[in-house]
Amino acid sequence: MRFILRRLGFYLIAFWVSITLNFLLPRFMPGDPVSRMFARTQDRMQPEQIEALRKLLGVDDRPIWEQYVDYLHNMITGQMGVSISRFPTPVTEVIASQVGWTLLLGGTALVIAAVVGNLLGILAAWRRGGAIDSALPPILIFIGSFPYFWLAMGALYLFGVTLGWFPIRHAFSDTIEPAFSWEFMSDVGMHLVLPALTIVLVSVGGWMLGMRNTMIATNAEDYITMAEAKGLRPGRIMFRYAARNAMLPSVTSFGMSLGFVVGGALLTEVVFAYPGVGYQLLNAVQGLDYPLMQGLFLTITAAVLLANFLVDILYVRLDPRVRAN
Amino acid sequence: MTTSIATTASTVPGETLAGVPGNAGGTHDGGAGLPPEASVRRPNRSLLHGLLTNKKAMTGAAILFIFIALALLAPVLYPDNPSKITGMASQEPDAEFWLGTTAKGQDVLALTIHGARSSLLVGLTVGFASTFIGILVGLASAYFGKFIDEALSLTTNVFLLLPGLPLLVILAAFLPPGLGTVILVLVVTGWAGSARVLRSQALSIRSKDFVAAAVVTGERPLRIMFREILPNMASIVMGTLLACIIYGIGAQAGLEFLGLGDVSTVSWGNNLYWAGNEGALLTGSWWVFIPSGLCIALVAFSLSLINYAVDEVTNPRLRKIQVRKIRKPASKSAKPGKRASA
Repeated sequence: MRFILRRLGFYLIAFWVSITLNFLLPRFMPGDPVSRMFARTQDRMQPEQIEALRKLLGVDDRPIWEQYVDYLHNMITGQMGVSISRFPTPVTEVIASQVGWTLLLGGTALVIAAVVGNLLGILAAWRRGGAIDSALPPILIFIGSFPYFWLAMGALYLFGVTLGWFPIRHAFSDTIEPAFSWEFMSDVGMHLVLPALTIVLVSVGGWMLGMRNTMIATNAEDYITMAEAKGLRPGRIMFRYAARNAMLPSVTSFGMSLGFVVGGALLTEVVFAYPGVGYQLLNAVQGLDYPLMQGLFLTITAAVLLANFLVDILYVRLDPRVRAN
Repeated sequence: MTTSIATTASTVPGETLAGVPGNAGGTHDGGAGLPPEASVRRPNRSLLHGLLTNKKAMTGAAILFIFIALALLAPVLYPDNPSKITGMASQEPDAEFWLGTTAKGQDVLALTIHGARSSLLVGLTVGFASTFIGILVGLASAYFGKFIDEALSLTTNVFLLLPGLPLLVILAAFLPPGLGTVILVLVVTGWAGSARVLRSQALSIRSKDFVAAAVVTGERPLRIMFREILPNMASIVMGTLLACIIYGIGAQAGLEFLGLGDVSTVSWGNNLYWAGNEGALLTGSWWVFIPSGLCIALVAFSLSLINYAVDEVTNPRLRKIQVRKIRKPASKSAKPGKRASA
């Protein structure tokens, strides 16, 4: 319990840092991006909306600490201003409509990559020098060297444009109404294949090698020898004795790699015009939509922190040593 | 149910096996009177020797060398401005343009070769700068401990958790565009990972007797950090440096692909940005987007190869094949002591 509370405190600090960073950036950066933004959008906005945005982005003559307190209050109560590129929708609404797609894409890819990668790692370590162990790592390292978005471009070109097996853009066809029907679900699934596959391909190698190396260390342990001496079945030793303990670092890297997968998913979304947070981020960048950019940054950070916290709770269940300290 | 604990599996959450003490901190007898060169330098020499005789490392070094040579020779091979429009739009590769032309009519080969300059420069700069910060943080944490260590660890872990790409995007969006901005932003988001790994290694060396002996004999803190602790971390520093360069090259490409770099310069990431912008995918101009992406991947792959070689050289457990004799049908199990073939 003390461990959990300590971690919670740490995540709160991390979140406070990201809010503070958001607050400081527009106020202390050279150049004046904010006025550039207003120059482009002045004629479409109500005076009071402009005023609110100015305050949010630091064009404000109140003392800095007062601005800061106000800003913290705004962020915590979810008042992130209005989006410029999707004017006049509030930032929070824009994000809420997109976040589900990113969770679907990133979550699917992460789970598949983690499960497949760990299984391959276990098998490779168990059969040292076998077929899986010698052939797969170099191939996976090579594939993992490609930038996420470039592999996405290649897949889109090959399977989408050239072969026409899969759709090349968006999360579902324009002709289908979103509904809980089999037709809609399978359409979403088809649109998910290419983006998710590219993320899995890039990230699976890391999982496999991490698990393999931990398993090799674990396999040298005395209790494995003991289990063998007792004459237990190899499969049982592999999964119940060795993999079980070798899994622990994998669980933590699951949380750590979330940040990377989010980054990969963002770029992949851009390639496929997949209507998630990443695609939105690109729109925000191109439309000089600073409130939306900041809102996206905070939302993504909060999601990553929350996921890490859940992983920590899981870790306490899995690793008795944490409870002992 | 088994409750036994894998002692070698690291107990610190999030710590990977990168922190395996290799032959670092060898057989020090705490002889404070010994000149450090005699006892400390040997591990590094064996690391270098191990790398020179390692197939993976040499393959990686060869690929990397080719790209560095290309980057250096770019102005000789293509004295002209690579962005200049020299051909018709979207020509397929032929005898005149080996890699075809872009939708604007630029020579793709010239763009690719010149792109190596910016991409390698940024990658190497970011790699060295991030590693340098990591070394400073790690050594300071390990040597001073207590409050300094607490503060530095907290900062490191917070930065490690903030998702990299979104952070890159908002930093790049608020800073004036340019090469300096790209490098600064990448270092800000990239140093924490290296600091974490280097700190854990420095801590384990800090607790060795020979460091305690050096402290007792009254050596200056800076000397202890850089002459006693640091040389024993050579393999970890090298691995970290390689990982940071890979990060730098990949993250720069991602940032520029979003159009957040300086789009007027030629680099692999910007080439891909323009390829996407000009619809190279939809018009089927595969020759426009394949070369730059392939170059990024080859450089990252060569660095990864060297990195795995460093792991193999310093961690004997990954090198030797231990034959498992579990009742299984007779199969071709490798001979003990044989090197794992790559």
